[in-house]
Amino acid sequence: MSAESDPAQRVAIGISFGNSYSSIAYTSGEGKAEVIANEDGDRQIPSILSYVEGEELHGSQAKTQLVRNAKNTVTTFRDFLGQDFKSIDPTPCHQSAHPVPSESTVAFKVRDTEAEEESTVTVSEITTRHLKRLRQSASDYLGKDVNAAVITVPTNFSDAQKDALNKAAKEAGIEVLQFISEPVAAVLAYDARPGAQLADKIIVVADLGGTRSDIAVVASRGGIYSVLATIHDYEVSGIQLDQALMDHFAKEFLKKNKSAGDPRENDRSLAKLKLESEAVKKALSIGTTANFSVESLADGVDFTASINRTRYDLLASKHIAAFVRLVTHAVEKAQLDPLDITEIIVAGGNSHTPKVASAVANAFPETTTVLAPSTSPTAINPSELSVRGAAIQASLIQEFDLEDIEQSSHPMVTVTPHLSHAVGVLCISGEESSGIFHTIVDAETPLPVRRTAIISTPREGGDVLIKLVEGLRHIKVTKPEPKPKKEKSEDDDEDDSDEDESEEEEELREKTWKIGNVLSEAAVKGVKKGGKVEVQINITADLNVNAIFREVGGKGGVRGLLSGPKVTQNGSA
Amino acid sequence: MATVTIALPLPVLPEGWAGEKDFKSIGQLSAATDRNIEPVGPHFLAHARRKRHKRTFSEDERIQAQANVKKVEDDDEGEISEPEDPLMLQREAKDWKGQDHYAVLGISRYRWKATEEQIKKAHRKKVLKHHPDKKAAAGGTEDDQFFKCIQKATEVLLDPTKRRQFDSVDEAADVEPPSKKESQKGNFYKLWGKVFEAESRFSKVTPAPKLGNENSSKEDVEHFYNFWYNFDSWRTFEYLDEDVPDDNESRDQKRHIERKNNNARRKRKAEDNARLRKLVDDCLALDERIKKFRQAEHAQKNKRRFEKEAEQKRLAEEAAKKKEEEAKAQAEKEAAEKAAKADGKKAKEAAKNAAKKNKRVVRGAVKDANYFHSGGDAPAARIDSALNDVDHIITKIDNEELAVLTSKLNGVKDAGKIKSIFQEEVQSLVGAGKLKDGEIKSLA
Repeated sequence: MSAESDPAQRVAIGISFGNSYSSIAYTSGEGKAEVIANEDGDRQIPSILSYVEGEELHGSQAKTQLVRNAKNTVTTFRDFLGQDFKSIDPTPCHQSAHPVPSESTVAFKVRDTEAEEESTVTVSEITTRHLKRLRQSASDYLGKDVNAAVITVPTNFSDAQKDALNKAAKEAGIEVLQFISEPVAAVLAYDARPGAQLADKIIVVADLGGTRSDIAVVASRGGIYSVLATIHDYEVSGIQLDQALMDHFAKEFLKKNKSAGDPRENDRSLAKLKLESEAVKKALSIGTTANFSVESLADGVDFTASINRTRYDLLASKHIAAFVRLVTHAVEKAQLDPLDITEIIVAGGNSHTPKVASAVANAFPETTTVLAPSTSPTAINPSELSVRGAAIQASLIQEFDLEDIEQSSHPMVTVTPHLSHAVGVLCISGEESSGIFHTIVDAETPLPVRRTAIISTPREGGDVLIKLVEGLRHIKVTKPEPKPKKEKSEDDDEDDSDEDESEEEEELREKTWKIGNVLSEAAVKGVKKGGKVEVQINITADLNVNAIFREVGGKGGVRGLLSGPKVTQNGSA
Repeated sequence: MATVTIALPLPVLPEGWAGEKDFKSIGQLSAATDRNIEPVGPHFLAHARRKRHKRTFSEDERIQAQANVKKVEDDDEGEISEPEDPLMLQREAKDWKGQDHYAVLGISRYRWKATEEQIKKAHRKKVLKHHPDKKAAAGGTEDDQFFKCIQKATEVLLDPTKRRQFDSVDEAADVEPPSKKESQKGNFYKLWGKVFEAESRFSKVTPAPKLGNENSSKEDVEHFYNFWYNFDSWRTFEYLDEDVPDDNESRDQKRHIERKNNNARRKRKAEDNARLRKLVDDCLALDERIKKFRQAEHAQKNKRRFEKEAEQKRLAEEAAKKKEEEAKAQAEKEAAEKAAKADGKKAKEAAKNAAKKNKRVVRGAVKDANYFHSGGDAPAARIDSALNDVDHIITKIDNEELAVLTSKLNGVKDAGKIKSIFQEEVQSLVGAGKLKDGEIKSLA
């Protein structure tokens, strides 16, 4: 393509390419990410292709073909990309075209032409076709030919998979500007909202997807993100929730129609059951009751039933509890405490289920904000998080040359030393034992960093001591004798008993700081009454600390340089 | 990153605390952990910029700020005024009709392509330079003629109607069509392209199709010529009108001039149309692509004809070949039949001879067996009946059986054995129903 080398000709969008659903978004002139609906009006486009008499159906049209034309319908192919047949899990394709090995990759046997015989279509060809349709929808919507994109991938997507996806995208006429990981895209989507405050925080992105769950613990420090830990699980997934509903309705059906066969034993009935169960699941995220109705479910018997949300929550509780366990495990894996977590972003289509968000919220202290539609009215649609992040990233790097982007995402740039302990000042008292530590630069902050703090002084002013110290986070556990004041909501009646170890005691857990290394002392003399002191800390990549202490509005001030350890890593001393 | 505000007060400096320049370095930071940061988001881009260019925070802020400021300045600097022709500066304002408005404003590079914005900016620049007050201040004369020219030029160019009238007769914007020789030197598309681009300013339909290049498709080329042969022009020639006297005195004179003007306009318009038509004709005549397309069409036609002929020839050849083959096959067949016939005859004869020989052997055998008579010479009747019987047997059996019988009899001299052989033969014939039992009396 001619536009490939010319950033000025680029029209870039964000693509979130999932196993079950894909979506596309662009960034409008005002810098707002907007998700594009395809010609069927879907913002969540099923990643499904179906072939009927040589005609290609895509998205929800293809999805309905799962009942009648399952053999020529390709689903859940994203994770197969760039893999060989040995290493894929074909279970999710059970009710559609089955994957077959083909040379070094995976293929599907479908009748994609008018001819009678089946042809073998490799997974990358399928991906190309899928991306072509997405590109077409975006081009139609924007009125401009889309030729570049930022695509989101899971954090454990290998380089081979990225290469395969890159190639498939190129075939579809899309130049991949960058691959960004899904959880970080979700964080970016929240951080790029107008009016969003930039703060140091630890965020857990909990993505409950269609075929897998991915949990990532991300440290956000001054808008720079570092992933601290990830967990991937292929057992806990939206399909499991569907399965719970399917089992429920199948049993109901059998109860009502004793003579009819089990709908789960007939392929076509199973497909109908599955589609409707998914629809019911979605309906229950919005309303408190939903109707299940399938014509000719099995043996020509129609079936209608209704279900309320409580029943669904009960049916799904096992899977939701497993999901919550995953989230807490991820926090443990990052060697953090639930108290350290500032925010939890619940992402993925299944997070619309209110119970998912509330169960996650129950497992964390009240200080942790859970961002989900059911807990926060300002939350972004969890299905659209990653695509929005991708669209924002696309608008940021659209004008850059590919080479520039590559260099910027090179390990030389991205591998950065991170502060292992928080750095702050001691307030109230100069003594290590009685002073109260206050953070200026948090732990896990990438270096170099520059932070400024404004600190109050004693009421009468005068000379003050500023002691820079490292702080060690400590979880203080107190027994319940003094009445708990801010305790995490363990008194909720629902399923929290299996999450934490010893809940009966209702211990009080608090985040406190222990004082570690003392770095320096400095004096600012003659502070005016009610004046404030400004402290600016610059920490370089080789751990040199450059600090400036001055009275706010005052001149001069004290400067101090603290050289880093003699033996630094990378031999760059 | 927002500043951290800490509400808790700092401790008071203890008595006796002293440090060099009020600072005491005590400890060191603990070792850092290396982690990957995600290459995502605006703050990462800033980080990458700093790291790649090895800038510190404050340096980067300064450079970014400068880069942003520069952009604003650049916008203003876009146009550079053209040098002013001293002759032009001498112009009298009353001769405004003869002046080149674009040149006066210093935008003769753009001409009909100049946007309103450009005209306004150019006007402002000229005014700043040529305002009569400035000239007076510089000690010059109170000559405001050129300033008036500028005002007039702006007036004309900013009024869409007047600008069109001026553009219609703006000869400086015309591009002379190249001569035949020039356009055959290989830069046909470049030269003629410019001509048509200039002409296209009169088109009511925009954008006008471009001449294209040697690779243009047939449709494009046809569309181009169709467009120009049916050109819809807004060109008018009012600008060249003779001034209509504005006094009530000579109404006739006024009408006369108006009529004259109208006629002149119509004539000029007709001339212009003819000119354009000739221009397109010339271009068409020189256009290599037309020839190419014609040749291609011709070649296509010829090709079809050649193919047809070749096909016919091939068919004829095939038919002839087939006929020849058939004849050959026929001849072969006949020859074979003849040979077969001859062979058959020979075989028959051989068989006949063999049969004769066999018969002779059989008869001989009868004689050897003494005509099946036991003891002494056989009486004539016996001989007769025995021979008759043997002949009878011979007639009943065919050549093969005869040959078998012969082979049995060959070399057998014993009368008894011969008789038993014959008896066996008779027995088998009786068994096959060819002979009746007792028909052969001599062998009984």
